[in-house]
Amino acid sequence: MAKTQTTASVSRGAPTDEATVLSVQDLKVHFPTSDGVVKAVDGLDYTLQRGKTLGIVGESGSGKSVSSAAILALHDPKRTRISGEIWLNGTDLLTVSEEQMRRRRGREVAMIFQDPLSAMHPYYTVGNQIMEAYQVHNHVSKKQARSRAIEMLDRVGIPQPDRRVDDFPHQFSGGMRQRAMIAMGLINDPGLLIADEPTTALDVTVQAQILDLLQDLQREFNSAIMIITHDLGVVAEMADDVLVMYAGRAVEYGPTKEILTHPEMPYTWGLLSSVPDVKGDTSARLLPIPGNPPSLLNPPSGCAFHPRCTHRSKVPGDLCRTETPLLIEGNRGPGHTKRCHLANPEQIYETEILPVIAPDLVEES
Amino acid sequence: MPAYIVRRLVSGLIMVIVMSLVTFLLFFASPIDPARVSCGKNCSPALQKQVSKSLGFDKPVIEQWGDFLKGVVAGREFPADPAMRAADPKGVVHCSAPCLGYSKLQNATVGSLISNSFPISLSLAIVAFIFWIVGGVVLGVTAALTKGSLLDRGIVGTALVFFAFPTFWIGLFFYTFIAIKWQIVPIPVYTSIADGGVFTWLNGLLLPSLTLALFYMAGYVRMTRAFVLESMGEDYLRTAKSKGLAPRKVLIKHSMRAALTPLVTMAGLDLAGLMGGAIITESVFNYNGLGKLAVNATQQLDLPLTVGIVLVLATFVILANIIVDVLYAFIDPRVRVG
Repeated sequence: MAKTQTTASVSRGAPTDEATVLSVQDLKVHFPTSDGVVKAVDGLDYTLQRGKTLGIVGESGSGKSVSSAAILALHDPKRTRISGEIWLNGTDLLTVSEEQMRRRRGREVAMIFQDPLSAMHPYYTVGNQIMEAYQVHNHVSKKQARSRAIEMLDRVGIPQPDRRVDDFPHQFSGGMRQRAMIAMGLINDPGLLIADEPTTALDVTVQAQILDLLQDLQREFNSAIMIITHDLGVVAEMADDVLVMYAGRAVEYGPTKEILTHPEMPYTWGLLSSVPDVKGDTSARLLPIPGNPPSLLNPPSGCAFHPRCTHRSKVPGDLCRTETPLLIEGNRGPGHTKRCHLANPEQIYETEILPVIAPDLVEES
Repeated sequence: MPAYIVRRLVSGLIMVIVMSLVTFLLFFASPIDPARVSCGKNCSPALQKQVSKSLGFDKPVIEQWGDFLKGVVAGREFPADPAMRAADPKGVVHCSAPCLGYSKLQNATVGSLISNSFPISLSLAIVAFIFWIVGGVVLGVTAALTKGSLLDRGIVGTALVFFAFPTFWIGLFFYTFIAIKWQIVPIPVYTSIADGGVFTWLNGLLLPSLTLALFYMAGYVRMTRAFVLESMGEDYLRTAKSKGLAPRKVLIKHSMRAALTPLVTMAGLDLAGLMGGAIITESVFNYNGLGKLAVNATQQLDLPLTVGIVLVLATFVILANIIVDVLYAFIDPRVRVG
């Protein structure tokens, strides 16, 4: 379950909890450009424990991929300003040298990407690329690395792995490529696996297989998984905790079941309203969130979501426009935080949102 | 793969045959009678007719073309008219297969003229090729790695200057200043390896091949830089980095491997094109290569020589195309030939 967190940007130092793999504190990722500073991530806090899964949800451009790339220090340091703390296995990654960071990449934290075709080098065999990931952190012979690669390919469900190891990525199907990417990511048994939209580029049937595989492997390796997605179905399936991001900030954070059943932030409502339900009755409506994600160069004042929020009239005064809400606990108790000025979100959700998006649920109760 | 190569070679052969026909037809479309040109200063209508007959110009174009193709396969004898050969057995020139024709103006077979010029052009092209590939790739990668820095701007700017400067200017500058005035290197004269050894051969080729290389190098610097930068934005480079590979390995194994592949195609075709395309450089340094031979032949309306050179150069380009395509199947596993 999620740790309660302070909202003030005060350094708390290394997490004392043994089970905590990753603790991100007040992470800011800014890109200075000639037009001004793009605040892609602007103050993000979360923790992730061994064997647990955190889902980060949000629209394109909400900063979810940027924040995860910061954990691996994949941003060009010359063009990025990163501040805050990223504690991974007791070390603040923002304080280590580039060489020390390099030694951690792939060994302590690995990443799998959205499009497995473009994420693999077209000119090298799948086996070569997996072996390379193993050999860079382990002093083993080529033969040992190869048998380890075959073993991993077998583990992720590639048929005839001893033969397919010599195939090129283009000879694999989309699902097999993503399996191979997972094999590459897990070959060094990292404590943390970041999956950046791992199923977005895949067929729906393959998506379920890949998610199952990830869950299987997570149980086997007991690693923490951070899954970045815009698909709430993936979150519901995979994540223990969920963090909803908007305009570079967390707007709602808590245990998945809690967030999906009792969301308290209009943006989360919007995301839920945008998900079609195949089993649901046809009178349920899909309600897209009006407008577009804001410019991170010049974000709206106050609550960044206010220009698109249909509930802002329920907040007295002009508070939504003038004052940025804090990420604090609402009426649902500790563990569920949200960034919203609404005083009675639960009531609004039950009387206005739920009847529209899931009428059958309301009738039942 | 072998079937593919055979198929490409056959289609290449057809292309060469079509090329020869087109060149033949182009020449006959011109208002100038090639026999008049070959006939010399004191030409009378009777003499011109005789020349025309001896070279076979009196026959229809298609028939001449047929004779030409037959000569390539089986060899020919000149004069073309059997009666004239019988009248003057001593004047008969035998042109063995592959016979590309006979130049009356030069009193030599086209084949012998081309084979005299060929090593010069080949040497020039190869040495220039090495200069420009090594220089272009090294400078291009350097520029890409230091993108935005003073060094990068310096390299790209200098490349632009060399790209813009006409070859004859750079050639003349090298020739007059470096060779004659400052005498940094000896005046370049072509000496074959058989005559003077590798060192003398290379010494003579230094300035002309550098002249030639600078122009191409400028283009390759910019292309290499662009390709390397492009590959650095690829997702698989991010993957390589996220695996924890050392920056040098990311660059050489992942980025360069992808960036240099398209250069192979261009380099192959440029090298083939250069065989007959170094006219200006050859003229400046007075090298009797194929380019100079071709220009002279065209200016003098020496039809047999022109057709022969065009054919040889076209064969080179077509061959280079096939080689590059086959090579590509080896360097890019996604390419399946056949």
